[in-house]
Amino acid sequence: MRGRTPLLVLALATLHLMAIFAGFIAPYNPGAQNRELPYAPPTRVHFVDASGFHQRPFVYAPTFSLDSYEEDRTRELPIHLFVRGDTYTVLGILRSNLHLFRVDEPAHIFLLGSDGYGRDEFSRLLYGGQISLAAGLLATLLSLAVGTIVGTVSGYYGKWVDESLMGTAELFLSLPWFYFLIAVRAFLPLHLSPAETFLLLIGVIGLIGWARPARLVRGVVLSARSRNCVSAARGFGASDLYLLRRHILPETFGVLLTQAALLVPQYVAAEATLSFFGLGVSEPVPSWGNMLSTLQQYNVLVSYGWLLAPAGALVVTSVIYWLLADLLHSRLKSHSI
Amino acid sequence: MKYLGRRLLRAALLLIGVSALCFLFTEMAPGSFFDEMRLNPQISPETISALRTQYGLDRPLPVRYARWMKSLVRGDLGYSIAYNIPVVSLLWVRAKNTLLLTGTALLLTWLIAVPLGVLTAASRGRLLDKAVAVGSSLLISIPEIVIAIALLALAVRTRIVPVGGMRSLGFEELSKWGQFQDVAGRMLLSTLVLVLASVAVVERHVRASVLEVLEAPYIHAARGLGISRMRLLFRHVLPVAANPAISLFGFSVAGLLSGSLLVEVVTGWPGLGPLILEATLARDLYLVIGGVMFSAVFMVVGNFVADLLLLSSDPRIRTGELDAG
Repeated sequence: MRGRTPLLVLALATLHLMAIFAGFIAPYNPGAQNRELPYAPPTRVHFVDASGFHQRPFVYAPTFSLDSYEEDRTRELPIHLFVRGDTYTVLGILRSNLHLFRVDEPAHIFLLGSDGYGRDEFSRLLYGGQISLAAGLLATLLSLAVGTIVGTVSGYYGKWVDESLMGTAELFLSLPWFYFLIAVRAFLPLHLSPAETFLLLIGVIGLIGWARPARLVRGVVLSARSRNCVSAARGFGASDLYLLRRHILPETFGVLLTQAALLVPQYVAAEATLSFFGLGVSEPVPSWGNMLSTLQQYNVLVSYGWLLAPAGALVVTSVIYWLLADLLHSRLKSHSI
Repeated sequence: MKYLGRRLLRAALLLIGVSALCFLFTEMAPGSFFDEMRLNPQISPETISALRTQYGLDRPLPVRYARWMKSLVRGDLGYSIAYNIPVVSLLWVRAKNTLLLTGTALLLTWLIAVPLGVLTAASRGRLLDKAVAVGSSLLISIPEIVIAIALLALAVRTRIVPVGGMRSLGFEELSKWGQFQDVAGRMLLSTLVLVLASVAVVERHVRASVLEVLEAPYIHAARGLGISRMRLLFRHVLPVAANPAISLFGFSVAGLLSGSLLVEVVTGWPGLGPLILEATLARDLYLVIGGVMFSAVFMVVGNFVADLLLLSSDPRIRTGELDAG
């Protein structure tokens, strides 16, 4: 188990750094359309031509003939590294126009093909990752915040407060959450700016999922409350707030961390699902969910397999976070005993 | 009996809670079904306000909720604004399909997961256990939507199983057996997605609780008496280990209902899912609330069945010694 930890941390860091530096890694802007190149297959990167091996890889410009794409073999267009292109911002503060790689016009480099508007799927996948991962992480934070507050109040004050709060939690836990999610979304306005929708989505997803962390936190608080150090501190005249801050809340840290690792992939999937149904982040802003929604048409699903890429990204994200949760669970358990 | 009474009370409270939440959200929602009508110059404002009165939307929230509850007692969930027919008749047709799908998936999930859980627990650390553990971790971590899309892509590409809808053309002319085959074939894909998405969780729970029981002294004693392995596992261990697993049954019904909504939309199965999604996009208020209530009722029934099973399987509950939370 221990040997795998650095690998896992590396994978986790790579995933998030790729999303953060999407602008740098992606050759194009996510909204840049090439209407003459719809559903172009992934561009092939060549090293070898008639004159032999080249150190600098190159691509051919795609041409559309009859009903399929072919490579225009007359001109070789080398791939340039670290070139200037469209401007982008990193985390909304750093402006730049430096890109990791690009090719000269008229060729395009579509590492994962293009979608129906001729937008680069690879660039959209990276930018979509920003939206999807941010939605998952922020909604998780919201859930944990609400869950911690409710769980602490419930566990610390007990009696009827505890019973009513945990009763509500049970209600939320036993709901078919997806129906509920859709229903809540149904009553909120459909046509909003992408930024508003994004915040709304985080709010809805995060607020529905508070019950599980609340129950777990309550359990920890309940057992921490009756410990000797707490009773002693109370005897010395410590206030409730001091007890919670100094003695009780630190105990919940492990549970919260493990819960976070479990909730993030679920919420990323929830965002993807809602966006897939057209209830989440809307075009032209890419998210993994709304990128997948074109696959609802069977002909797209059959013919353009590269558009499944966001599904792959979802799987990778989920697996990484589940492994992390597993690791945290076993680590923190052995730590506390 | 006291136990069952408490459970029934809890179920009723849950349904009231769900409906109250739904109404609360409708109140908080800006915008309504009539917003688009307002933009239509052919419809006068008077017509719209008359419609609002007709559907009771001009009343304050508590009045609306009380009226809805009153009609609920008569088995009436209000009118769909978009289809202009009673919500119940609209939902019932679709609900039967959803029930067929989730019921089959539930049965298959448990038929696969329980034996698998028992066997993996019994062969702990050996090849079977390890292989199943890897598979179930993978299944648990892959989002349901990805499973659905991946299987759909596979089905559409290879054309092994039919997709979309519930019946083929010319369904009426088929024999009873042919009709059954047709529906079963079209249900296969959706069922498979649901089973794959839920089987791993159940298997893990069964495995964990069986492992716990296997440590018990009476099992060592029984083994010492020379009772055969299979009889030991399924006759002596499983009934005792069933308690936590049965509690999971209720949750797994909720999970399957959630999952079926998603799967139905993706594979085009004519259940509650596509209807509710449409209603959501059209802001068809009572239809959405009705759909959520339907699924909540199914879930409550599922939980109640789990309680009954617990009651019959665990004598400690019958004597009131143990209250399964």
